Formats: sequence, structure tokens, C-alpha cells
Amino acid sequence: MDLAYLWFFIVGFLFVGYFVLDGFDFGVGMSLPFLGKDDIGRRQIINTIGPVWDLNETWVIVAGACLFAAFPEWYATLFSGFYLALLVILLALIARGVSFEYRHQRDSLRWKRGFDTMIVVGSAVPALLWGVAVANIVQGVPIDVNHEFTGSLLTLLNPYGLLGGLTTLLLFFTHGVYFVALKTDGQVREDARRLAARAGLATIVVAAVFLVWTVFNALSAGAPLVGLVIALAAVAAVCLIASWLANARGIEGWAFGFGAATIVAAVLTLWFALFPNVMPSTTDPAYSLTIENASSTDYTLTIMSWAALIFLPLVLAYQAWTYWVFRKRVSRSRIERAAAAAAH
Amino acid sequence: MDLLDPLLLARWQFGLTTLYHFLFVPLTLGMALTVAIFQTAWFRTGNLKWLHLTRFFGKLFLINFAMGVVTGIVQEFQFGMNWSSYSRFVGDVFGAPLAFEGLMAFFFEATFIGLWIFGWDKLPKGVHLATIWIATAGAWFSAYFILAANAFMQNPVGYRMAQDGGRAEMDDFLAVLTNPVALAALPHTLFAAFMLTSGVIISVASWHLLRGQNLEMMRPALKYGLWGMIVTFAGVAISGDQLSLVMVSTQPMKMAAAEALFDSACGADASFSLFSIGTPDGTGEIWALRVPYLLALLSTHSLDGCVEGINDLNMQYTTELFPQFADQVDGNFAPILWVTYWAFRWMIGLGAVAALTAVVGLWLTRKSAKRPVPAWAWKLAIWAWPASLFAILIGWVFTEMGRQPWIVFSLMLTQDGVSPNVPGWNVLLSLVAFTLIYAILAVVEIGLIIRTSKRGPDPLPDPDAPPPAEGALEDTPTTVY
Repeated sequence: MDLAYLWFFIVGFLFVGYFVLDGFDFGVGMSLPFLGKDDIGRRQIINTIGPVWDLNETWVIVAGACLFAAFPEWYATLFSGFYLALLVILLALIARGVSFEYRHQRDSLRWKRGFDTMIVVGSAVPALLWGVAVANIVQGVPIDVNHEFTGSLLTLLNPYGLLGGLTTLLLFFTHGVYFVALKTDGQVREDARRLAARAGLATIVVAAVFLVWTVFNALSAGAPLVGLVIALAAVAAVCLIASWLANARGIEGWAFGFGAATIVAAVLTLWFALFPNVMPSTTDPAYSLTIENASSTDYTLTIMSWAALIFLPLVLAYQAWTYWVFRKRVSRSRIERAAAAAAH
Repeated sequence: MDLLDPLLLARWQFGLTTLYHFLFVPLTLGMALTVAIFQTAWFRTGNLKWLHLTRFFGKLFLINFAMGVVTGIVQEFQFGMNWSSYSRFVGDVFGAPLAFEGLMAFFFEATFIGLWIFGWDKLPKGVHLATIWIATAGAWFSAYFILAANAFMQNPVGYRMAQDGGRAEMDDFLAVLTNPVALAALPHTLFAAFMLTSGVIISVASWHLLRGQNLEMMRPALKYGLWGMIVTFAGVAISGDQLSLVMVSTQPMKMAAAEALFDSACGADASFSLFSIGTPDGTGEIWALRVPYLLALLSTHSLDGCVEGINDLNMQYTTELFPQFADQVDGNFAPILWVTYWAFRWMIGLGAVAALTAVVGLWLTRKSAKRPVPAWAWKLAIWAWPASLFAILIGWVFTEMGRQPWIVFSLMLTQDGVSPNVPGWNVLLSLVAFTLIYAILAVVEIGLIIRTSKRGPDPLPDPDAPPPAEGALEDTPTTVY
């Protein structure tokens, strides 16, 4: 059963990857109404994630599939239990993904504005709801003896869950705006830096409350790894402040890097607070889903481990290469040239 | 009928979202390869027509691919959302191919598609060409793992039951990956995907040729489509024949249901009906046009082979093999016969029509042809696209409806797989929401596809025009959203 513990962290790694990567492109999507003053500006913003949004989103598919394969009980309880929340996330992701690809297909402002709205809503809704979902997983939800969730959508909308949602919303927003500042030039870049400075302050306040609450919960629940929870929460807080300071000094790369580190540390804080449960039951602790009782067999996990061991480094390598290929800033003049060429 | 029955609603939702997703999957599989081939032709010959064809079909490919990606996420979430009992029961076996698909195939596909779209002016030509080939390989591997997962539902192998009987546990992953159903379904699916792609190319090329435009690009495209259609139809037929042999040995009820064969029959009696009229309750037959021996030949590759009928199989399943499930299905282990019977025929019929279009097309456009291709022929050829698309969709309706009443053949009934704690109104809400958003997107998508198809590739430069200034000929197109 040791492999199940390994897989608890591999699944955690995949969700960390997902929240860091899709996190910033949710933020980029949400920043459109704030930073996109005209169509060229909006295209500049969208093109910062054009080549990568799809690979970023693939992380959730892989995380979901690995969750299914390594922890079928967890997957089944979570997905059937958080039904309506996931439905809304799915609808948002559909609307958003299609918009990236279809927005530029017609040269009509009305057409483009329609898709812009879908990008903004389709980015904000998952950014909020993923936080609600993860916070609720860690806090615990009503689960019966058969591992079935017995609550409803309203169960998830409790203060801690909502604060978790607000935290990811703001965190992803700021993270995305850092990315825009890092990847554009001209007016958009300057606006992004100013916006990040303001949004960063709100994020620091909200995230601090959420992290303290998480630590407090872990302490009162007697989480076995509470020392790590506290340490990681502190790392997250420090990184968050460091990213804000880096942005204030105009060091965009570091602002984005610390922003990413904040998300890594914050998700790990939650993951360690969860350990060794995977979905604690508030009905009766005896009904909780744990790493041991929710996992697949050793045989399956062994095979999965080989696959992950071989392919995850490869995936990381070629995705890093992709980011390197598209390392250049998306300049306003490039979009203007493309617009001019398309008009002929 | 209870409108808020979660089982019924979950089944409709699965059918709707899966078929909708599958509108985009086969074209992705086939068009990725086609684009890779066209780009390779440009890379090797430097002939601009191949570049323009690459860009043009690449555009169609991407419009289609975007929808495939976003509707695919629904598929993976849906198992847990609507079918949690199923997920708990098979996760140990079924999850692994899905995870492999993500790690080994889908990551490749998504990453390298991005590199291909935006990498035209950022990568060396050869590396850029490699990205579309890697994306194609990713898509195909993806298909293989998904088919391996599906094959477990049709013909569970490589597992043992847990000691408490609560779930299936994998004990032989190699057996799961080499499930005979998966190995037979893979070529069938890939060939069919390429048939559809050929259909699309034939349609688009015919539309342009009918109007006499873009001749120097559309003529080679048409030829590619026509030959592609014929060759892959042969592949579809051969692999389909293999698949039905496997089906007879693993799921005899499905074959019996494909033919609506009630009583076991041998030799000449094991006939294949091209058309039939059944009694209104679907339990008998009033009249049918039959080809003797054909069913025996299809099922056993022998003229005097025997094919088991629905009634005999039901008897065997109820008393010997699966008595524990018999009460739940009222002793009837057959799927809905009118669905399987007609789906099987429409699949074959539409596929054959599409292939026939290609044969006629090759004849009319042969080098020694004395007359130009008549307008009606071009107009007819445009229908190769919908014909091949519906053939492949209906094929999946047959495969999945033919599996009923099982969600995993011999192990679990569909009715036992549904999430027990999701209220009917939640499922209804999601069904309505998906139907609405999918319908809206279909209108947008079809509009874009038709618009892009009609607009055609960028025209080739005029050969009589003076050569452009140095540097302007640099054909490194760029993509900007």
C-alpha cells in the first residue's frame, strides 16, 4: 500500500501543475476587461497564452484520469458528490476553450466581443469554483458509510469553501496579470503592472486569512503533518509577498516566478492538511476516504508508477521547451501587422 | 416513464455527449495525418500548392480540434459524475488506460498542436514538420488507449474479482491492452476516421471544382480524397469483418441483435436480411429481404457455420451463465433490437455509399475521360462528407447500444452503474445545459466550417506576374489569434 502514498503525491503534483498553469491562463482571461482597451490590445493579451492554453488545460484531464486510476473511490465520491459545481466548471471550460479558437475566425467586432465575454466568464468561474471544491475536500463534507456524498451544492457554499474560492480567484487573477506583464509590451504591459500591484494587495489579505484558517483547521483536527502545513503556509505567504514586491520593482520574471511558487506552496499546504485522508467525512470520521481505503491495488499502482516515472519527466521537458520556443513578448506591432495582413 | 429517472437521464446524457464528442474525434485523427502528409509534400518538393493545402486543411482541422478538446473533458468527468458505482467497480482496471492516454498521448497531442499552430515562424522547417507528425501520433495513441478502455466494457479481460466481490481488480495489464476487441476495433476506427477525412476532402474539393476555382490545388486534393476513400474503405471492410468475428465469440448476443436473429440458425438459414419489417412490438418479423448463408459467412467465415439466436442465448444466460442478473432484466439480455438492427445496416450502407462515390469519382475524372465531369456529379460528391460521418457515428451507436443491458459485459448491468446519490433533477439540468450549449456551438461550428471550406485556400501567386522582391517569397506564414 506504500505506492498509494506515492500516488497521493503524484496526483497532488498533477493538480499543482494544473493550478499553476491553467491558473495563470485563467488570470489572463479574466484580465481582458481591465487591460484590453482595444481589439489589438485584447489580441495581444490572448496571444500570450494562445500556444499554451490547451496544454495547460490538459493537466486537469491527466490529473482526473490519474485520480480515477489510482483512487477510484475518491474519484467516484468527489465527482458524483460535487456534481453541479463540476457541471458549471465544465460548461465554463467549454465556452472558454472554443472562444480562443473561434474568436479570430471572423473579423466582426460583435463576434469578437461575444467570445471575449465567454473567455472572461469561462476563466473566472473555474478559477472560483476550483478553490471552493478543493477547500471543501480539505475541510470535509458529509459522506455516508458507503462513501457516498450526502450533501448538496449548498453544502459546498460554506464560509471556508467560499473563502477558498475567493482565494484562488484572486491568486489566479494576479498570477495571470503578472504573466501578461511578462509577455507583452507597451501600454498593456504598463497597465498590467499597475493592475497587479492593486490586485496583489487584495490577494495578500484574502490569502492570508485563508492560510491562517487552514492552519487553524489542521491544528484543531490534529492533522499528522501539521508542522509541514504550517511551514508550507508560511512559504506561500512569503512567496506571495515576494511576488508583489518584485512586481513593484518591475522585475516581471521574478513576480511571475514567485506567483507560481505561491500557488505550488498553497496547494501543497492543502494537500498536507488533507493527509492521510483524501476526503474526510464530517458525518463520521470512520466513513472518511483515506489514502488506503480509496486506492487501487498495488498491481495497478505499480504499472502506473512506471508510466509516471518515465513519462512525467518527458512531459515536463517538452512542455518546458514549448514555453522556451514561445518565450518572446507578444508585441503590439506584431498583432497590428497580422491585422493588416489579414485585411488585404 | 419517470422524467426524473437518473438512470434514463444519465444514459441519454452519455449518449448525447459521447456522440457529440465523436463528431470531432475521427476528423481529428484523419485530418492530422492528412495535414502532416501535405506538409511533408511541401517540405520535400517546395511546391507552394502543398503549403496552401496544408494551411487550408489545417484551418478546418483546428476548428474541428477545438471542439474535440473541450467536449472531451466532459467525457472523463462524466464517469465519476453520473456513473460513480461503475467507476468504483472498474476503476482499478478501467482507469489505467485513461491515465496512460493522458500521460503518453494527450499531453503530446495538445502540446505539439500548439507548437504547430504557432510555430510556423519560430521553428526550423523540419522541426515544425515534426510537430504535426508527433501530434498525429499522439492522437492515434490516444485512440488506442480509449479503445482499450472501451474494449474492457465489451469484453472484460485481465482482471479478477476482489475477494469481497466489490470490484474488478486488474491482474494482467498486457491482457487489457491486447484485448482482442481493442485490437480489432483500433484499425476499424482509424480506417473509418480516414474514410471520413477523405469524405471531407472530396466534398470540399468537389465544391470548388464545380465552380472551377482553385483548380491546381483542388485537383490533387480530390485525387488524394478519392484514393484515400477507396483504400480505407477496403481497410474498414476487412477490419470490420475481423471485428465481427471477435464479436461473435465475445458478445454473441450483439451479433444476434445486429441481425435480429431470434432462433439459432446454420448454413443457408443463417441469412442476412438487407431490409425487414418487424411486428410493432419488435419481437417478430413480418417480411424481410434475405441473402442466404451471408450471416453464417460473416459470423464464422464458413458457409455452413451456425449462429446463435436471441432466444437460445437468453435461455443460456438466464439459466447457466448469469442467473444472478436475470430478474433485473426480466430474463431478456438482448439490446433494443430495432436500434441494433438498423444501426448495423445504416453503418454499412452509408459507408458503402461513400465508397461508391469515390469509385464513380475516379471513373469520371480518369485521364482518358472524354467529357468533363457533369455538375450533378460534383453536387452528389459533396454528400460524401455527411455519408461517411453518419456511417461512423451510427457504428458507435451500434457498438454501445449493442452492449446493453450491460455496462461491463457479464460483470455489471448498466442500471447498477449509475450514481446512487445524484438526484434526477441534477442530471436533467446537466442534460439540458449540455444540449443547449452543444446546439449553439454546433451552429457556430458548422457555420465556420462551411465558411472556411467555401473560402478555400489562399490563391497561388500568378505565374505570369513578375517575381516578388527578394525576401517576400519567404514562405513562413504566421498564426495570430
